[in-house]
Amino acid sequence: MTVTAQPAVGGEAPPGAPGSVPRRRTGRVRRNVLPYLLLLPALLLELLVHLVPMVIGIVMSFKELTQFYIRDWGAAPWAAFDNYSLSVDLDAPVGEALLHSFFVTCAFTVLSVGLCWLIGTTAAVYMQENFRGRGFLRAVFLVPYALPVYAAVITWAFMFQRDNGLVNHVLHDQLGLTDGPSFWLIGDNSFVALLVVSVWKGWPFAFLIVMAGLQNIPRELYEAASIDGAGLFQQLRRITLPSLRPVNQVLVLVLFLWTFNDFNTPYVLFGQAAPEAADLISIHIYQSSFVTWNFGTGSAMSVLLLLFLLVVTGVYLVLTSRGRRTADA
Amino acid sequence: MRRTRAAAASAVTVSLLAAVTACGGGSSTDGGSNDSPKTLTYWASNQGASIEADKKVLTPELKKFEKRTGIKVELEVVPWSDLLNRILAATTSGQGPDVLNIGNTWSASLQATGALLPWDAENFDRIGGKDRFVGSALASAGATGSDPAAVPLYSMAYALYYNKKMFEDAGVDGPPATWDELVADGKKISKGGKWALGAEGSNLSENIHHVFVLAKQHGADFFDADGRPDFTSDGAVAAVKQYVDLMGKDKVVAPGNAEYAQNQSLQDFAKDRTAMVLWQTAAATLQAHGMNDDEWGVAPVPVQSGTPGAGTAVNSMVAGINMAVFKNTDNVDGALEFVEFMTSDAEQKLLNKTYGSIPPVKAAQEDPAFSTPALKVIRDTLAGSAAPLPQVPNESQFETAVGTAVKELFAEAAAGRAVTTASVKEKLDEAQQQMPKK
Repeated sequence: MTVTAQPAVGGEAPPGAPGSVPRRRTGRVRRNVLPYLLLLPALLLELLVHLVPMVIGIVMSFKELTQFYIRDWGAAPWAAFDNYSLSVDLDAPVGEALLHSFFVTCAFTVLSVGLCWLIGTTAAVYMQENFRGRGFLRAVFLVPYALPVYAAVITWAFMFQRDNGLVNHVLHDQLGLTDGPSFWLIGDNSFVALLVVSVWKGWPFAFLIVMAGLQNIPRELYEAASIDGAGLFQQLRRITLPSLRPVNQVLVLVLFLWTFNDFNTPYVLFGQAAPEAADLISIHIYQSSFVTWNFGTGSAMSVLLLLFLLVVTGVYLVLTSRGRRTADA
Repeated sequence: MRRTRAAAASAVTVSLLAAVTACGGGSSTDGGSNDSPKTLTYWASNQGASIEADKKVLTPELKKFEKRTGIKVELEVVPWSDLLNRILAATTSGQGPDVLNIGNTWSASLQATGALLPWDAENFDRIGGKDRFVGSALASAGATGSDPAAVPLYSMAYALYYNKKMFEDAGVDGPPATWDELVADGKKISKGGKWALGAEGSNLSENIHHVFVLAKQHGADFFDADGRPDFTSDGAVAAVKQYVDLMGKDKVVAPGNAEYAQNQSLQDFAKDRTAMVLWQTAAATLQAHGMNDDEWGVAPVPVQSGTPGAGTAVNSMVAGINMAVFKNTDNVDGALEFVEFMTSDAEQKLLNKTYGSIPPVKAAQEDPAFSTPALKVIRDTLAGSAAPLPQVPNESQFETAVGTAVKELFAEAAAGRAVTTASVKEKLDEAQQQMPKK
């Protein structure tokens, strides 16, 4: 939702016209006020849609908001920092489970974002070449991104079933790679299952963005480089990657935030209680609030997550923009 | 210029209005009223094969009610996966239906929110009195010692469904009456890709229903008399271990069942892969899977020894659906009339026949349709050997915490790792520490 405010008041009150001084002043005032006025609806909606729920969430995290009080939030007693101390008390199961979930999410995010970027970039670079069927392949590659998440993930859930699933049929029955059919939706393998689905779902986005970025690199650079005797790998390292830097900066950040907060994939894949090995933080918080009806603790965990993501994003932006500035200089 | 200003002003006004109306919708009055006496909203739970099937069953009945009283009932059938979240959201915002179905195990939890109309003597009188209902069903409608938060609508209980052909092939004469017999028979059956018993190891509620009954059989409860969680008593640990051991140690449950959560065990049952399931009302689903009524039999769920009864001979939870009225309804009188209609003898007979459940209304139970061999087992269980799940406010947290613990233990057993008394106790201890402190 973007509102472009163009002060369309130019041409009002021809300059130098007699007696136009006071009018010009009001014109200038209008010119100053109008853009803000036009921005106001967007600002109000932004407040309403994003900031108000965030503030309410923060307030909730300081309350003991259990089922006894959800009918009248105001009556819920203040819990001070109880919800937070419960969430970060690493000696108790709640805090321990949250920390475990945090580590699982970090490992999952790093692997998923890394693989998405790698596969997406590789595919995009190869798709730069002109060959028959390029358009078709491009379209096929985008299918996972275009499919509705729920439908796609539930299909994966069927494929991962132990007894009737396609994955075990191929790995065990046909290729004989495993001694017995493995579990993918429970136990330790669930992490792999989650990662596969997440990468499958996420890499087309990286592909799309990198492909768009590649269009902006002048062909002459490559021609000049090949005249100078640079091989494919050198071209990639010296031209493609540096030119993609600003694109990658945004891409990796966006992928990181999406993956870290991903709720749909684990929820559809595992249901309400995710296996320990794949207990992502978003689903952990969902379980800590909605399923156990303890919205105060759930909110406290959400606020901690928000703080963490803010710090990571901030540090990332500072580091990457500093790096770019030195590169530009 | 004037036009620009007008456009800006109207844009601001519209957005302000949007903001105001979005926030101001939730004017919830605390008590009920009779401001809109001609309409009602009803959230029904999904009882039949699908949402559409339920609409087909209920719509003619609602029309009947409209003809009789002039009250139009807006029906929405809410799937089970959404129902509790929808009710929570309605409770929080005050924007809910007038009348709704709830799973009876949620009664005390929802009662604690204060959103539901308490069924005191006066309200009960308006639907024909408390005595019309079966005692065990009423006991599952709210915390003991307080007015029920809901009225029983459909009753169900667990029974042992067995596949006659598979029993015959394995040379097993009849359904087992005790767990020892079940394991002994089960070992005869569990060969060559066939298994004796089905389980929904990843379905938290199913896990809870079974370990609750087994705990009763071991003389234990998951909550003490004051409603505090007590998950690690010897009886509770033994119960959970016994249930998971059916897969891990006794090997009568297929390891693959550890990831079942969508009634796959009924499919296995119908395809002659699993010989027994512990289920509530399986008839319609089995038929849908292509199994004739004479291909399966029904028996009471096994006990440790002797015959089913009270105390440690309990062999089912009191399962069922209750009907509740939202306290802040705009049509209290209409809502009560509607509950009266739905719990009337005629409607009870008709609806319970359709859904394969047992009417919690005594008079309606007399109908011969509820005396088929299958329903007779369930009726007897409800009358003599079923116990309500703990009616405490923290019941749904208990289902999540302990249900997840059992799911994880099943995953261990399925992976071939040993499940010991110590490991069960550790899991249950973790579950208990996740319960709210108050």
